[in-house]
Amino acid sequence: MKLRKSAAVAAIAVLALTATACGGKEGSAGDKPGGTKPGSSEAPALPTYTAAKDVDLDSPVFKKAKQRGKLIIGAKADQPFLGFEDQSTKERSGFDIEIAKMVAADLGFTEKQIEWKTVDSGVRETAISKGQVDYYVGTYTINDERKKQVGFAGPYYKAGADLLVRKGDDSIKGKDSVKGKKVCSIVGSTPLQEIKKPEYGASVVELAKYSDCVQQLLTKQVDAVTTDDSILKGYAAANSGKLEVVGEPFTDEPYGVGLDKDDKVLREAISKSLEDRVKDGTYKKIYEGTLGLSGAEYTDPPAIERY
Amino acid sequence: MNVLLDNFPAFRDGFIGTVSITAVSSVIALVLGVAIAGFRVSPVPPLRYFGTAWVTLMRNTPLTLLFLIFFFVVPEILFPGMSPFVLGSLALGFYTSSFVCEAVRSGINTVPLGQAEAARSIGMTFAQTLRIVVLPQATRTVIPPLSSIFIALTKNSAIAGAFSNAELFGWQKLMSDKGYDIIPVFIWVALGYLVVTFTISGLFRLLERRMEVAR
Repeated sequence: MKLRKSAAVAAIAVLALTATACGGKEGSAGDKPGGTKPGSSEAPALPTYTAAKDVDLDSPVFKKAKQRGKLIIGAKADQPFLGFEDQSTKERSGFDIEIAKMVAADLGFTEKQIEWKTVDSGVRETAISKGQVDYYVGTYTINDERKKQVGFAGPYYKAGADLLVRKGDDSIKGKDSVKGKKVCSIVGSTPLQEIKKPEYGASVVELAKYSDCVQQLLTKQVDAVTTDDSILKGYAAANSGKLEVVGEPFTDEPYGVGLDKDDKVLREAISKSLEDRVKDGTYKKIYEGTLGLSGAEYTDPPAIERY
Repeated sequence: MNVLLDNFPAFRDGFIGTVSITAVSSVIALVLGVAIAGFRVSPVPPLRYFGTAWVTLMRNTPLTLLFLIFFFVVPEILFPGMSPFVLGSLALGFYTSSFVCEAVRSGINTVPLGQAEAARSIGMTFAQTLRIVVLPQATRTVIPPLSSIFIALTKNSAIAGAFSNAELFGWQKLMSDKGYDIIPVFIWVALGYLVVTFTISGLFRLLERRMEVAR
């Protein structure tokens, strides 16, 4: 009986040890952005948005939002400098978040009237078409298959698949030098399908989260991480001094604001907001205060696509 | 229908991935599970303690956590550059082995003590008793719970998809990233799993009938 008891105690101790060891590991996985935070004093100031008055649109989604007095915006919560939610303060920050706020202001909603909803990549079409969100801003690439289910305003940013490597690793300069290298991306993503093609000759590691890939990159288990350059810029900015983005983007991923497929009026209103804010410089300020912190230069966004 | 026909090669790869990781980890789980059940009933205390520790540790750790340890800790300190398939099968096999072990042990407990005593009285060693007398009789009772365990294993293999293995559920992620409607995709994935799990339960039904004895 005594022995049995001590065996149980030992087992529990081992279990506790592995559990805590793993907890520590996860904590350092790089989910939280370090370095310069958007909106902090060292970063270029983010613009403030004044809600437009007397907006009236003949759009069912807009009317519903007006009636409930709240705008429900879908976003991501796990992409530093793009769409990120600080789990302790519940504050959202990043490029996509700022774009969403800017559009909301132009539609006549103040920041307090925004209700954020985290929507994962896999269920974006469902969330939008079922009306669970009024519009969605979160690294959402416009493509034809998606256009069958949702509408897109924009594009407001032109991303492309790129490579993130450890700073000082000169062996990878772009997509042509990944032969025999280990490249990580997340399961099911389009950049992953691209880099899997035999012409690149890379060996591919597929993980569930980008932060897992970044972790493996930092511990040298993989040599590069590939996905949209905007996401990589976010991680480069969060791990400044350790990681950098190399090469030229090798796919075309225009980001749009996802919204109800048939709501042409709202689509036009959001497109117009994006167009106006690029012209008056607000857009550039947003970029410099978020993604620009990775050191990547500002470029003008692509022309709005009105289909 | 379109979503399947347009993306059939990826679906096939996913299906084969699910089947192969299920098959390999089933073998690992079965061999380890029976061995550890043997440890747990053996007269040697250290083996018994090892068996208890193994079951406690593997059965109570969430599978995702086991995968995390296998993918982020094991390669770093033990075997760098091990293939994801091997790591995944090991994680899944180790996890399931603890359940197999407990099922086998419960089977062993249904064999009347007299059987083991009789075996010992004619001079059989512990290993012989287990192999020749006890385990064959235990098998019958163990088969129904084992079939549930292996069906659960099939579905648990979906977690391997998040760790660099091609499998059925990963195909769903690919399709939804491409923007296909989620419902037909899920139906095809479910059908894929049904094929595997029905095969497993069919096989076990067959085994059960073969080993049926009037009691």
